[in-house]
Amino acid sequence: MKTLTALASFVALGLTTAAQADIKIGATVSETGPAAFLGDPEAKTLKMMVEKLNAAGGINGEEIALTLYDDGGDPNKARTFATRLVEDDEVVAIIGGTTTGTSMSIIPVAEDAEIPFISLAGAIEIIDPVKEWVFKTPHTDRMACQKLFEDMKARGITKIGMISGTDGFGASMRKQCLEVVGDYGIEVLADESYGPTDADMTPQLTNIKNTAGIEAVLNPGFGQGPSIVTRNYQQLAVGLPLYQSHGVASKGFIDLAGPEAAEGVRLPGTALLIGSLLAADDAQKPVVDAYVTEYTAAYGEAPSTFGGYAHDAFAILVDALTRAGSTKPSDIRDAIEATSSLAGTTGVVTMTPEDHLGFDLSAFRMLEIKNGEWTLVP
Amino acid sequence: MTTKRVTLLILAIIVIASPFFFPSNFYYRVGSLIFVNGLAVTGMVILIGYAGQISLGHAGFAGIGGYACALAPVHLGLHPGLAAILGAAISGALAWAVGRPILRLKGYYLAVATLGLGILVSMVLANEAWLTRGPDGIEVPDLGLNDVLEFVGIDISNAQFWYFFSGLALVIGAWIALNLYDSPTGRALRALHGSEIAARTVGIDVARLKLQAFVISAVYASIAGSLLALQNKFITPEVAGFMHSIEMVTMAVLGGVGSVLGAFFGAAILTTLPQVLTVFQEYEQILLGLVMMLCMIFMREGLLPSILRALRGKDK
Repeated sequence: MKTLTALASFVALGLTTAAQADIKIGATVSETGPAAFLGDPEAKTLKMMVEKLNAAGGINGEEIALTLYDDGGDPNKARTFATRLVEDDEVVAIIGGTTTGTSMSIIPVAEDAEIPFISLAGAIEIIDPVKEWVFKTPHTDRMACQKLFEDMKARGITKIGMISGTDGFGASMRKQCLEVVGDYGIEVLADESYGPTDADMTPQLTNIKNTAGIEAVLNPGFGQGPSIVTRNYQQLAVGLPLYQSHGVASKGFIDLAGPEAAEGVRLPGTALLIGSLLAADDAQKPVVDAYVTEYTAAYGEAPSTFGGYAHDAFAILVDALTRAGSTKPSDIRDAIEATSSLAGTTGVVTMTPEDHLGFDLSAFRMLEIKNGEWTLVP
Repeated sequence: MTTKRVTLLILAIIVIASPFFFPSNFYYRVGSLIFVNGLAVTGMVILIGYAGQISLGHAGFAGIGGYACALAPVHLGLHPGLAAILGAAISGALAWAVGRPILRLKGYYLAVATLGLGILVSMVLANEAWLTRGPDGIEVPDLGLNDVLEFVGIDISNAQFWYFFSGLALVIGAWIALNLYDSPTGRALRALHGSEIAARTVGIDVARLKLQAFVISAVYASIAGSLLALQNKFITPEVAGFMHSIEMVTMAVLGGVGSVLGAFFGAAILTTLPQVLTVFQEYEQILLGLVMMLCMIFMREGLLPSILRALRGKDK
């Protein structure tokens, strides 16, 4: 009886596999849970793009079947779903890993099974050192730091204060920033932190304000924290340039902080945010415009940078599948590694065996918020 | 045959026979997760079912066990296997230190204290980035046992290895728990579960026994955390999270907290359910909640004891 119950549940598992199709690709993203604001647009983007591609005839005449799982941001679940994609759904490539934790849990599965995996998470550890089967689309945190410090250097700022979130994103970016800050001749005089759910950062900002010699403040973090920092910053009338990270590069940040408090805030962002401001001959403009139009039409809301990461991952995969002309995972992997001058929403991607990200700092645009809108810093 | 032998036999049969019905390697992964969770929940049976105490922070001990396997090999040069034992020792010691003053009191103080303890452990793991590498998690070295097996001629995949290894751990864990049940300590524990005052009047050292049960269950959770970390080769502070603690209690209560086998089925159901429900992924939480509510309303003793009773009732 009991054995039967167990067996029945195992058999039931088998019934939920994806429908048969020509090319099977898999994805596990964090549609729900604490990282849902990243994973939800990613899932929506993937669904939309698969539908569009199949409607247009698929790749080399073959349709794509996407098996999409929601790991809820739990690394353990992400690993289970990755195993399921590889062993049970028999996909030829995996997109996913919304957070660094889930991505790092999927990597051993992809490497063991020799299936190409394109991660949607920020940390540099994912592709450094280079892993044979692992690629990623978002900028690394380190690149965001470098872009920010470049801008500070250009403005003659040499002494800054930092206030970082203690969540995964904030902690990782803080570490990366501290590692490269010396290269730009910039000194960090104050280094404060706040918890991901804190509702008031006035004490930390007062400390920074009272530290003599500080010329600008940097806030690595995402979610609601940076909005609160921005509001408190204005309330305290700190009066120094405030830099935010790419983690808040969405319209939601301006709305939450209020256009007044956000005035003059600078942050590194992707081409996606400022589609209308891009030069007509910009390689990314047609891609960005098309994605924004389609996503808005499909879901009635503007896409976020994070959906853009999924867009790029899928574009890279489709490009590789087209060129490979085969669905053997090793052929797909080789084709991904040979990606050349592919315009995405995040950057123009050229992969090499040593570089599984495929673009440099120039892909980041320095943005400034003016009157509640993004503007490009010249 | 005694309940003990029947339980062990059923568990062993499940571990050995299930693979014959696996359509793909993926099921080894689910199987090993069930066994790891089952081991942690067996610890909960000792604490909740035998001693009648509730802990809402056992994920904290799982976190300690898991991070011991990640950190001790790097910082102390220990073999990951020994690191798991070190983690269990730390968990046990911590449970002893926290439980000693609290378990002298009657009532729900342990639940509140462990709630705090669990959150504290997960905060330390997330915030002390210099040691734990923070919320993004840390790699865990390979246990290396599978390579040894390969060397002596047994060639199985990693997923298969972890399936059988976790299965073995579960059977051993269940064997220890069942032995405890029939021992004088186990009887004393059940006596104090029934009535603390009555147990005290017949000369049972109530505080010491509750402490013992708490420490033993912490060690179970710690070993389960280590096994999870070692097979995932990666661990994040999530493992020590509050929801994970709740999950452990839920598994125990759902399956039937009084019996080892019931707890195992609780773990099996709650581990497989999210996999079965991916078709309704957006409603997964609602369905999980619904299943829990129905079980609590109609089968208050837990799934297995209620079903067994219903079957017996029909037989008569």
